[in-house]
Amino acid sequence: MNRQQELDAMRRMLRIRRFEEAAMDIVRKGQGIAGSVHLCIGQEATVVGSCLALRADDFMVGYHRSHGHPIAKGARLAPLMAELMGRSTGICRGKGGSMHLADFRVGSLGETAIVGAGIPQAAGAAYAARIRGTDQVALSFFGDGGANIGSFHEGLNLAAAWRLGVVFVCENNLYAMSTALSDTMAADSIAARAAAYRMPGVSVDGQDVAAVYEAAATAVDRARDGGGPTLIEARTYRYRDHAEYGGMDLGHRAIEELEQWRTRDPLDLLRARLLTGGVGAEVLDEMAAEVAEEVREAVRFARRSPLPEPAALFEDLWATPVEVSR
Amino acid sequence: MSYREAIRRAMLEEMRRDPNVVVFCEDARFWTMPTHGFVDEFGPDRVPIMPISEEGFTGAAIGAAMTGVRPIVDYTIANLMYVAWDQIVNHAAKNRYLFGGQASVPIVFRAAMKYANATAAQHSDRPYPQLMNVPGLKIVVPATPADALGLLKSAIRDDDPVVYFEPLLLWGSKGEVPDGEHLVPIGRAAVARAGRDVTVVAIGDAVPAALKAAAALADRGIEAEVLDPRTLVPLDRTAILESVARTGRLVVADPAHRTCGAAAEIAAVVAEEGFASLRAPIVRVVAPDVHPPFSPALERLMYPTPARIAAAAEALVTGAPSPKELVGP
Ligand SMILES: Cc1ncc(C[n+]2csc(CCOP(=O)(O)OP(=O)(O)O)c2C)c(N)n1
Repeated sequence: MNRQQELDAMRRMLRIRRFEEAAMDIVRKGQGIAGSVHLCIGQEATVVGSCLALRADDFMVGYHRSHGHPIAKGARLAPLMAELMGRSTGICRGKGGSMHLADFRVGSLGETAIVGAGIPQAAGAAYAARIRGTDQVALSFFGDGGANIGSFHEGLNLAAAWRLGVVFVCENNLYAMSTALSDTMAADSIAARAAAYRMPGVSVDGQDVAAVYEAAATAVDRARDGGGPTLIEARTYRYRDHAEYGGMDLGHRAIEELEQWRTRDPLDLLRARLLTGGVGAEVLDEMAAEVAEEVREAVRFARRSPLPEPAALFEDLWATPVEVSR
Repeated sequence: MSYREAIRRAMLEEMRRDPNVVVFCEDARFWTMPTHGFVDEFGPDRVPIMPISEEGFTGAAIGAAMTGVRPIVDYTIANLMYVAWDQIVNHAAKNRYLFGGQASVPIVFRAAMKYANATAAQHSDRPYPQLMNVPGLKIVVPATPADALGLLKSAIRDDDPVVYFEPLLLWGSKGEVPDGEHLVPIGRAAVARAGRDVTVVAIGDAVPAALKAAAALADRGIEAEVLDPRTLVPLDRTAILESVARTGRLVVADPAHRTCGAAAEIAAVVAEEGFASLRAPIVRVVAPDVHPPFSPALERLMYPTPARIAAAAEALVTGAPSPKELVGP
């Protein structure tokens, strides 16, 4: 990663963290985000490092821990926040909400709330690039829980058999909701599964954005050159509970474990690296202030945006109009 | 041209017309498949060799469709769609809506229905009623070679996901297909036979059965109108209501199960919007709510036959009590 990329990574990681803190705050105060949000705070380096290895016209498919992926891919914050608040200006016009953010303008093909279901879809986007004769690559994010569902195996097998240009990134945060990975997987490595599909399997420190970036960039180059898919397992950790509905409950994890992971916070690690590399603290503080303002503006934009009109209930169901039975 | 050949012709013409049309089909090269020979013409990229991976390749088709390709996914046996149910129901049908219109999912899901062939319960389903309950999917069930060709071509060009159900019983049936570019619009019913005394709305292979019934009824002085909706979503309600307005009587013949089925929906539409024109109760000639058994001796009791349809229609017209439908214990 060069200096410019590091600064870019810092900005995107900050955007994710501040955006999610704002969302969490709004949920907790009951001030306008309905339903639940799944925060990826703590996992920003994995999300950003992977997406920075992509070109703007490459594709990315996410999953329910959902806000970081489009932000890392370059989406503007305001339409994302408006979506969380169910506004007509939301990126999905208020139809998707937190778990289904998508921004097709930046190649973010949408998050899915069905664990693992996006994995074969990313393979399909890579297949489409081949048919259309482009060298676009597709990246698929999923959790460690997602690595145990059939679509993981089907998606990897298909991508490997057809040598598709897809990069699979497992955000292994050690838990699926309240269930520890060690209780549901006999093996201790997800990356090792790549061998079964004859693709490279890479395990990487998910807190170190440069390490994730390097692994992803290698995989993306390989994919773009026709070398086929790669499976990357990034070891990371979410600070918050599985989802934010109200209070935080760390019932299934020890506080000590969380504190241990916090000592390797991805934003702190990158800041330290930049400072040692000669970037002035004031540069980083200014960036942080800009991002904070960007997030505040996104919240303001969302709040002053109108709620959808009732007629919107029936919009965007079909590409070619069909009358809906009412 | 046979129904099977019509399917093949439609795919060939559309693949030649549009390089973005691709086919996902297990054993696509097998000589029994309508895709036989496609790999030679279009290459293994556009007709890739499929692993047995219905969920995986359906998901891949969705990802490809959202990024500019138009896949035809052939499940070869309709029941195998269930393995991909999540992708079809949660993703293909919903992505456009969920993403506020950003996504298009132009896929044709082809599903051959093998019922009435002694393939037993796991190979004999007619799953269209289940999918009629899912907004976002268009659903067609062609009954003639001309409609098989014209509707498949329209389905491939449609920007929405279309589920295309083929009664395998009809694959060998022959019929005239117009020369040149033949397209049948999705959402328009066809009058298979005109008549003034009773409307028989028939679906899939109940259409030829209803035509036989109508011929038998004509010998007895009863003129049955046979209406083939061809498309179940969107349903041509206008055509159904107009026909019932003329005849005053309705029989719905549908080889799928009774409860919450296509026939139930059609009956409800007529009861709600065409009640005033009804001179008799609506009758459904459908499969009972039981799994298709293996033994042909049992299975042939299930589906609408010309005799069952004719008996139901005749009873409506003469005012006789409806013949006893198949009843459970
Ligand atoms: C197919 C499926 N099963 C169960 C659920 C309920 N569920 C939502 S998130 C989740 C845990 C997923 O864990 P993981 O894939 O590791 O992602 P993480 O939440 O840890 O980021 C579960 C079980 C679901 N959404 N989809």
